[in-house]
Amino acid sequence: MSTSTTAAEVTETSLKSAAQDYWSKVKAGDIGALPAVLGLLVLCIVFGSMSSVFLTPGNFANLLTQAASVIVIAMGLIFVLLLGEIDLSAGYASGVCGAVLVILITDLGQPWYIALAASIAVGMAMGFGLGTLVARLGIPSFVVTLAAFLGFQGILLILAGEGGTIRVEDETVLAIQNSNLSPTLSWAFYIAASVFYVLLGLSRINARRKAGLKAELFKLWLIKTVSLVGISGLAVWALNLERSNNRELVSLKGIPYVVPVILFLLVIGTFVLGRTAFGRHIYAVGGNAEAARRAGINVKNIRIAAFVICSALSAIAGLLFASRQNSISPTTGGSSTLLYAVGAAVIGGTSLFGGKGKMRDAILGGLVVAVIDNGMGLLGYAAGIKFIVTGAVLLVSAGVDAVSRRGSSV
Amino acid sequence: MTEPILSLRGVNKSFGPVHVLKDVNLDVHPGQVTALVGDNGAGKSTLIKCIAGIYTPDHGEFKFDGKVVNITGPRDATALGIEIVYQDLALCDNLDIVHNMFLGREVKKGPVLDESAMESLARKTLDSLSVRTVKSIRQTVASLSGGQRQTVAIAKAVLWNSKVVILDEPTAALGVAQTEQVLNLVRRLADNGLGVILISHNINDVFEVADNIAALYLGTMAAQVAKNEVIPRQVIELITTGVSAGVEKAGVK
Repeated sequence: MSTSTTAAEVTETSLKSAAQDYWSKVKAGDIGALPAVLGLLVLCIVFGSMSSVFLTPGNFANLLTQAASVIVIAMGLIFVLLLGEIDLSAGYASGVCGAVLVILITDLGQPWYIALAASIAVGMAMGFGLGTLVARLGIPSFVVTLAAFLGFQGILLILAGEGGTIRVEDETVLAIQNSNLSPTLSWAFYIAASVFYVLLGLSRINARRKAGLKAELFKLWLIKTVSLVGISGLAVWALNLERSNNRELVSLKGIPYVVPVILFLLVIGTFVLGRTAFGRHIYAVGGNAEAARRAGINVKNIRIAAFVICSALSAIAGLLFASRQNSISPTTGGSSTLLYAVGAAVIGGTSLFGGKGKMRDAILGGLVVAVIDNGMGLLGYAAGIKFIVTGAVLLVSAGVDAVSRRGSSV
Repeated sequence: MTEPILSLRGVNKSFGPVHVLKDVNLDVHPGQVTALVGDNGAGKSTLIKCIAGIYTPDHGEFKFDGKVVNITGPRDATALGIEIVYQDLALCDNLDIVHNMFLGREVKKGPVLDESAMESLARKTLDSLSVRTVKSIRQTVASLSGGQRQTVAIAKAVLWNSKVVILDEPTAALGVAQTEQVLNLVRRLADNGLGVILISHNINDVFEVADNIAALYLGTMAAQVAKNEVIPRQVIELITTGVSAGVEKAGVK
């Protein structure tokens, strides 16, 4: 009796019906990555036509390292946002963890890996504290993390001490944001990553076909994969061009080390959210906590775990801050960092209402935020205007999120 | 008549001074729909929560498949094969049908979710219930109609080789056509050999789909009778007054 429906499911859909599927998803409140990708494209064209510097390889590399810490904080925030919670303290958490890292290296002479492990452990402990207060005591996360926002700022101020900044001179730490893979290694990394991505996609389609299930339309997959691999190839080519202002003194070529670091976090995060029961339960708690509880999921532990992951990723962002600034100061992770990170997640497509979002949102949204910041800076706009524009973009994204959500519940 | 799959004798439950269930008897037979009717506050919810292990009865005997069992928590009930479909369904709107059906009991290959296995099993379950109304089982629950959601919730309950399924007012919020679909589904559950307990306020629904009717009145079982032995007026009398001319009082026979 099942053959008729199963056969109908297996027959491949056409591109047209794939477009219809996408549209029905949009109507159900799931816009996907398209707006962020299109926004990024438009911004790049606008800034590229208005500024002669914007599309240079030097600025491109600069943009990536600028965006890196915000992207990593946003990745952590997505775990919390998926639950419908918020972590306003993630920015200063990265400052505190960065300070722990730098103090261990500079003042206590520890190797970088011990310092990094310790700072991540500190981050996890802070996240555990926040998560426990939210999940077990039931204090709204907005209030808990607002209090922690101030508290962590205070801790950072105390750690930074009278001098105000702690320098870091460890070569590995500095290399992450300031050095690059050699051009050969860059290409090797690009090829390895592309092959990994293509094989992953093919094996998924194959596994579903084998099980007699409706697989993603091959043509559509091919278009997506070819454009992604093509664009990244272009990016690697651009990054492999010489971008030093003084070529005789120093040569600057290749992918910044931070790019593989972020891609590694992307792969791990995507795997955890999409392919494990833990990730599924995060979505479930964000979608309907009561349903999750009745399904036997330990909702409190899931909440605590999300805050732990968020603060642990903030600790990694702290490392990126320390590397980029060569030091930690009382404003590290402060000012607009947290708002940019929340903005990045939301612009990328993560919902503030919980239950909807992907790891890649952090990267897409983080790039949009960085492009606005960088491009407007190059055009000579004051910081005030940049903040207003970024705020407006965040507001529009949150508006789209709210409206699409309303559309889905009718 | 077959042996009851689930049989309750002398079940009592009090909350403080309030005696909610008084010596309640109930039999649920495999392959039959047992409608549980009663006015608000008659104790329907308390009774099914006792069966589902959410409340522990003060005293009373539970027999499942002929053996005396002790249900002390929801896990005990689930282990026996008793599933409840709550009125508010408890589905996650943001997840698709497969994800919802396997929520909390995901099929895994090592640490990784086995999506293909789950999708095949979900499809098989929906097919066994002759569900044809959902287009793709990979669409999110948010995009489903009320009747389709009810279908998913019921399919979720029967996925685990359950033997008794309790449905709490499954048609309360549905339109005419969807009510019809869900009632057909309820009938098919019983035809597939499950014992079904249907809670409903709608006498028409009860008479359309039930095999026998158990009426609670102020915490006592007024009567459990075969459907074809009564007419709707008598059932309404049982619900509102606890007695009806021509219907034997439960436990007397």
